[in-house]
Amino acid sequence: MNTPSIGQPLDRIDGWLKVTGGARYSAEIPVSGVVHGVLIRSTIANGRVAAMDIAAAEKLPGVLAVLTPFNAPRLPDKPGGVNDPRGGRRISVLQNDRVFYYNQPIGVALAETFERAVHAAELVNVRYDEQPPLVDLLSNESRAYAPRPPISRDRPVDQSRGDAASALADAAARVETTYFEPVENHNPMEPHATTAVWETPERLTVYDATQGIHNTRHRLANIFGLPPDHVRVICYFLGGGFGSKGPVWEHTALAALCAQKLGRPVKIALSRQGMFNNTGFRPELYQRIAFGADADGRLVAQRHECLQHNSMIDEFVESASVVTRMLYQCPHNYSSHRLVRLNIGTPSYMRAPGEASGTFALEGGMDELAYELKIDPVEFRLRNHADTDPSENDKPWSSKHLKECYQLGAEKFGWAKHNPHPRSMRTADGRWLVGYGMATASYPTRRSPSSAVARLLADGTALVQAGTQDLGTGTYTIMTQIAADALGLPVWKIRFELGDTLFPETPGSGGSQTAASTGSAVFNACTALKQRLVELAVNDLRSPLHGKSPGDVNVVNGRIQLVDFSVNGGSEPRQDNWIGETFADVVQRTGQPFVEVKADFKPANGEKFSMHSFGAQFCEVHVDSDLGRIRVARWTGVFAPGKILNAKTARSQLIGGIIYGIGMALLEETVYDKRDGRIVNPNLAEYHVPVNADVPQMEIAFVEEEDPHINPIGVKGIGEIGITGVCAALANAVFHATGKRVRELPITLDKLLG
Amino acid sequence: MTDSDFQSLPPTRRDFLRQLAAAGAAVTLAPYFLAPSFAEARETAAAGAMETALSPVPAGPEAVDVTLTINGAKQTLKLDPRVSLLDALRERLNLTGSKKGCDHGQCGACTVLVNGRRINSCLSLAVTHEGDEVITIEGLAQGNELHPVQSAFIKHDGFQCGYCTPGQICSAVACIAEGHTKHDDEIREWMSGNLCRCGAYPNIVAAINEAKGQPQPALKRQLSSVS
Repeated sequence: MNTPSIGQPLDRIDGWLKVTGGARYSAEIPVSGVVHGVLIRSTIANGRVAAMDIAAAEKLPGVLAVLTPFNAPRLPDKPGGVNDPRGGRRISVLQNDRVFYYNQPIGVALAETFERAVHAAELVNVRYDEQPPLVDLLSNESRAYAPRPPISRDRPVDQSRGDAASALADAAARVETTYFEPVENHNPMEPHATTAVWETPERLTVYDATQGIHNTRHRLANIFGLPPDHVRVICYFLGGGFGSKGPVWEHTALAALCAQKLGRPVKIALSRQGMFNNTGFRPELYQRIAFGADADGRLVAQRHECLQHNSMIDEFVESASVVTRMLYQCPHNYSSHRLVRLNIGTPSYMRAPGEASGTFALEGGMDELAYELKIDPVEFRLRNHADTDPSENDKPWSSKHLKECYQLGAEKFGWAKHNPHPRSMRTADGRWLVGYGMATASYPTRRSPSSAVARLLADGTALVQAGTQDLGTGTYTIMTQIAADALGLPVWKIRFELGDTLFPETPGSGGSQTAASTGSAVFNACTALKQRLVELAVNDLRSPLHGKSPGDVNVVNGRIQLVDFSVNGGSEPRQDNWIGETFADVVQRTGQPFVEVKADFKPANGEKFSMHSFGAQFCEVHVDSDLGRIRVARWTGVFAPGKILNAKTARSQLIGGIIYGIGMALLEETVYDKRDGRIVNPNLAEYHVPVNADVPQMEIAFVEEEDPHINPIGVKGIGEIGITGVCAALANAVFHATGKRVRELPITLDKLLG
Repeated sequence: MTDSDFQSLPPTRRDFLRQLAAAGAAVTLAPYFLAPSFAEARETAAAGAMETALSPVPAGPEAVDVTLTINGAKQTLKLDPRVSLLDALRERLNLTGSKKGCDHGQCGACTVLVNGRRINSCLSLAVTHEGDEVITIEGLAQGNELHPVQSAFIKHDGFQCGYCTPGQICSAVACIAEGHTKHDDEIREWMSGNLCRCGAYPNIVAAINEAKGQPQPALKRQLSSVS
């Protein structure tokens, strides 16, 4: 047998290109004669553009055009088009003069060079009819409305089981409070960028920084009234996304619109400032919770009500209460989501939308209740462990190893050693208060239909293609490993290609679903290809295997060979009867350049099982007892996310998720000026993301988990579970260190002083 | 397969890919290979990318001549004086390894070495670099021989999306030359000008710890010590 490559810590296949500067991201593909587009953005948050004086800008040498709502070409008004809310995110592409939020694109300056386009954009004089904007969430709560269902893909907006109100009234111990988080921006390192090229008046190619090439393709086809196969979208390398590059935003459609108008390729790369309000963000959110338990520490009731803001033009729900419905056994549960429309950009998915924020309130509230009951927080969670999914009529889990995660995490971290009393522990020098905190991590197993094609070439190597994306998650690498094992080839004989809509259609890379969905499609295609090759061999008179049963052979290192399964379960080829031939022999005999199989993956068993990943987060913080500075001292995360495809990249993803959560918990906040709706800190100097000095060494461990129900490769997805529970673990640790419960993110030193 | 098979991109695969490219695979297999092969992209990167001609960019009436050495090669450019060093590299010379993450000197993705010091290339105008020696990420490897910091980044998975990586690596090369790598906290502090949103920081620290103990190859110009 081949040593399986799945699970091994294989270096990234694309590593060499990334460390040498050879990986080409979307704005870096050389396109001859490309025109640079720079967006002109609204400086008001509500009103109309009354006039735009573009004369001075157009006179600059090298400026080709300035597009505004007054001169931009009109797009076809068709179903799924730019004005159809079912088509995707509602975007403003110069089709009218309305301004709904600050920083909204209201024009594009187009020039031969970037410098000239920037200069031209600055010369445009805009006059507005300004209306007072609605910006503040709480003071507008009377306007709250219930969003259209479903939320979080397939969940109801509100859910109720039992009678939470009465059960809370009767509870022996109770916590009732509000958790708050501000707007947070994804800020992937690569700014969004699109280069649009009209190959003919009817055929469009775009190089787009996107988490979903096929999504971009369908959206652009709808907007421009083209058949989908007339739009080709390419994205070989993506510089991070975290959700922000999921939807199609203004600049992508505008690049295509401008290119059409000029008859030349157009590149629009967003500025960092331009990514605020225009490419989604995690919404401002109040979570009002009330949890009650009996004297034995068993939950009797949970109420979790969410209030968030939303834009004037579209709808996104941060489904924060969904995790509270399912994570613990609790007979009475009520949860809801309400939105208030304000003059802000449209919020959108940001790493673990719903779960990252929901676990902040849920796991913070659980910690508060544990302290109220004087029960160890780990023990309290064990007592309330849900053996089946309470949010889905006690459906069984496809697999769940949460108890093992708590146990292993507590052991590795040394949880038992701590004194649970707040302000009871200090560093050796006495200056820093020490706090321990923990929380549960949980994320749903998402799967979508996907497809892939596998070809065995005449030289014995394989070419496998799927129209998916690598956000930095390691798609290139894990797909190569899956293909190698399924085909019985070493990894270096596999060439896996992605990032082109000419390849088979796959879902967008979001919701941690790429490995589970497209990985399964690659597995199915490669498994079927191997079978096909075996059948070709045994049915061919010219093959030494002719007449044998496909069940009597296996494939080792690209060679089909006769195996006696009665000896060692077939794991060793029969040395006395070495009959076989290589894949290359089989392909060459066909007279064709390759043998090809295309296969699909379709999710199954969803009606029978509830499917989730689980984990446990443990952390230690040090808080400066004089100044309130918070340092994360160490972290232990233990996860049971199904099969691990690559031990190295998996660990990296989980560390990355935790660090993203450290930013959310301690640093990140987009500040809106409540008077005019402008963003105060739309840059990386004032919007703080974690830097190297903010992050300690981290310990990641896995609980081995086999799940035969989720998909053929047993993979649950790990892009998002890492961030879940992080904010609560930190807030809980800060409470243990200081005795102060900070329920408002980010937890900054000013909230600890006074 | 043994553990060693999983070390940095096995030579077998490297050779295989090179053979594919060399044997005219691009001709015979062109209909089936749609994406550029990693081998081709690697050859381009190793060659320094500059031979790939970009369409001529009009420099404008106020253009200024500037001569600077980039990765050991002298370049004379006629530039709009507003062009940043970063945009000169990316948009004029097709050296897109240096990344634009913020264009305001806030993220470090554009870090290059100028006369041996690490700088944010987005914060400096190209025409102010007359006579300077610039080393970018494309200039660190010697052909297919990676710089020890590059190899260590691969081995320790010091990146995910890879967009901050060229800046991190240039910064790390300088950080080691500066001697700011005595312990983890010092590395963290002196590498904090380079943001990584994927959160590869612990792996970056591990990579620098490994690379700092290895002989650092002489770059086109010796890095000066900055303290």
